[in-house]
Amino acid sequence: MEEYLTDQLKTQEYFLNMGPQHPATHGVLRLLLKLDGEIIRNVDMDLGYIHRSIEKMCERDTYKQIIHLTDRLDYLSSHINNEAVCLLVEKALNIEVTDRIKVIRTMMDELTRISSHVLWWGVMGMDIGALTTFMYGFREREMINDIFEETCGARLTMNYNVIGGLRYDLHENFVKRVKDFIKHFKKKLPEYDKLLSNNVIFRKRLEGIGYISKEDAVAYGLNGPTARGSGVSCDIRKIHPYSAYDRVDFEEITFPEGDSYARYKVRIQEMHQSLSILEQLVDKIPEGEYKVKTKAVIKLPEGDYLQRVESARGDFGVYVKSDGQKFPYRVKFRSPGFANLTALNKMSEGLKIADLVAILSTIDIVVPDIDR
Amino acid sequence: MNNTDIKNKIENKFSELTISGEDKEFLTIEIPKNSLKKLLSFLKNDEELKFDYLFALTGIDFGEELGVIYHLESTKTRKTIQITVKTNDRNKPEIETIHDIFPAAYFNEIEAHEFFGIKFKGHPDLKHLFLPENWDKGYPMRKDYTDINMLIR
Amino acid sequence: MILNIFTDIHNKLLEHMSGGAAHITELILIAAAYLGIFAILGLLLVWLERRVAGFFQLRLGPNRVGPFGLFQTIADALKLVSKELTGTVKADSMLYRTAPYFVITTALMALSLIPFSHEIQAFDINIGVFFLISVSSVGVLGIFLAGWASNNKYSLIGGMRTGIQMISYELSVGMAIVTMTVLAGTLQISEIIEIQKDGWLIWKGHIPAIIAFMIFMIAGTAESNRTPFDLVEAESELGAGFHTEYSGMNFAYYFLAEFVNMFIIASVAVILFFGGWLSPFGITDTIPFAGLFWFTVKVIGVIFIFMWFRWTFPRFRIDQLLTLEWKYLLPVNMVNIVLMALIVWLGLTL
Repeated sequence: MEEYLTDQLKTQEYFLNMGPQHPATHGVLRLLLKLDGEIIRNVDMDLGYIHRSIEKMCERDTYKQIIHLTDRLDYLSSHINNEAVCLLVEKALNIEVTDRIKVIRTMMDELTRISSHVLWWGVMGMDIGALTTFMYGFREREMINDIFEETCGARLTMNYNVIGGLRYDLHENFVKRVKDFIKHFKKKLPEYDKLLSNNVIFRKRLEGIGYISKEDAVAYGLNGPTARGSGVSCDIRKIHPYSAYDRVDFEEITFPEGDSYARYKVRIQEMHQSLSILEQLVDKIPEGEYKVKTKAVIKLPEGDYLQRVESARGDFGVYVKSDGQKFPYRVKFRSPGFANLTALNKMSEGLKIADLVAILSTIDIVVPDIDR
Repeated sequence: MNNTDIKNKIENKFSELTISGEDKEFLTIEIPKNSLKKLLSFLKNDEELKFDYLFALTGIDFGEELGVIYHLESTKTRKTIQITVKTNDRNKPEIETIHDIFPAAYFNEIEAHEFFGIKFKGHPDLKHLFLPENWDKGYPMRKDYTDINMLIR
Repeated sequence: MILNIFTDIHNKLLEHMSGGAAHITELILIAAAYLGIFAILGLLLVWLERRVAGFFQLRLGPNRVGPFGLFQTIADALKLVSKELTGTVKADSMLYRTAPYFVITTALMALSLIPFSHEIQAFDINIGVFFLISVSSVGVLGIFLAGWASNNKYSLIGGMRTGIQMISYELSVGMAIVTMTVLAGTLQISEIIEIQKDGWLIWKGHIPAIIAFMIFMIAGTAESNRTPFDLVEAESELGAGFHTEYSGMNFAYYFLAEFVNMFIIASVAVILFFGGWLSPFGITDTIPFAGLFWFTVKVIGVIFIFMWFRWTFPRFRIDQLLTLEWKYLLPVNMVNIVLMALIVWLGLTL
């Protein structure tokens, strides 16, 4: 019967240009959809609308300057990106940082992660059509940004990490503010579930949509919460612990389903975990120096260096090939969003436009991170 | 399984490569380009090693030579490994594609092709991904590339 | 009391001109009055929506222009009027320009049936409810044409979605209304209200009436293209859906019509279930403007529920939308009509 119908009702495939200006592409991402009615046959992407060639720029910058460029990659986890470069240089030069630095870095990481996930949650709801979530997400994000502002002097691109420590010491209000935030957010997180997670329409929109198997997830290089939604254990904080992650107790969240709802749940649960990490550390910030003395001109010995950190979007890596000069010979930023985006075609095959929007939202792309 | 074990295992199977960095964080392998595919599929499919996660694919300009650096991670042992392949020909550099072994390489190879001009033999669609479709001003990430506007040096 | 003003005008006109001319002048006056009502309603509802949205979204909403920001929408309307009318080059310009008027005209025609109080109703025919359904189903043409004529794929997808959605949910709206007319026993709107003087139909019809009300609310939300059924616009998927290519006043027509349609749906709900302009306390005729007051209060109550939906729910996908209609609402509706007929037949109404 279905064959007969498709034979009788001749349809024609057509192209739809989604982006670079489109509300669902979260920036200047351009997708070329091959559609049959509303059903997606193929997704092709065209990137580079905000390509700034940061990797090439790094080749003419000193290591201290590179840190500032990493802010502009994934601007929602700028602190974590900064940290990756600092950790790489510190590892290469065997600079041992104090416990205070490690703990503060970890706390800032987790605050960044929460603020990124909260923003994601708001936008996720908006992509599915529930506009109110955006405002709720921003309520909490505002609090975190205020904490950042007080200590780092900036709200988004913080540049708080420097090689060998931190730029400034903590603001005196930091501990109190973080405690206030933990108390506030603990009450508000269940509200998120009430508003969105348990909504029937929302669940129906996500469950079973954008399935990717565990094997495919590894093969496509998926990482971060996107891969953990397929049951892949890939949390860098657990695998290659850095800063103070080896001394805090947290769970790596994985869900085996591999659909959009699993990816959604991973991020929601990660917020709970981040909160618990913050709770463990907030009372135990050790005394000590906030900055270790380093040389004025930093030169990495010849060789290959790799540092991976778990950014809010996943496995962010910095690869540096040094030839012993004060400028790196080649810098590669391994972008988590780019790897996640490559699986989009696989995930969205045979689904509808509305599903594509949902999938794009659950893989949580930030276009500057993809374009680099 | 530590770096030495991995090194021995690979050296037993392949003779034409150089491995260094046993004492470092990860092994560094340099391999001629014609045995790259064989090595990668061995690393991926070997039950003990299981280097099945392509972490990064980096195009690089060594000055004289062009090359590609692959970073693989094992989802079993959580070890990282770095594989370098080089090609002498700067005008028509060719390296075999690995996107049939690691689907993750598909778009990364397009990127390396755009910025370094490395042609990946067997890649179905080496289009312009980041650069404009009508780009014909060379390969911007190469060391000898000069940008007339001096936007990047 | 208001009726006196109307009769006065009628007499004044007859003094100056012949009967036919007076009749035509009256028609023009009424049309002008309804255009005014249309504009004011639209603007007020937009303001209300913004305030309600602000209330739900932890913010204030417009509060600067005029008292409580009441004139904000007027300022916005002025902006829209002064904007350039743009369009795509290859658009079917005739259809493109006329499409908004389909929506506006049908909304106006439907509005003429609404009794704001027992005196203010332009058009009270014996097939009132039926007329309402038929007229409002023409409105879909305007949206469909806009999608088609814009020569934009997003608009086209939006237009196609409209076609699917409106045709499906028209059934449910229609059948929910039919259920209630079985109970009321008449199609004339004034008579439906008259019947409710000893109790609203939602109490009289109890179980089937409540089911019909729920279905009517769901299908009504879909009819007025609001979240969770705003697939037609679906700003995160289609940019702006069918009106992507419309600007200035042409866009404003759609915008206003959407809000007036919501008002009409809410009014029908009030007429069919909550006794129209009747006071819940039984005192109506003695106090001037009481009918208007109660009607407004009830309608705003229903509209608030629509807005509540909009600022709480996510959006359906197109196939889920159809599943809901054809697999759930329609069968329930069918059974509900039979149930209602049985109840009326057996005299089990309250």
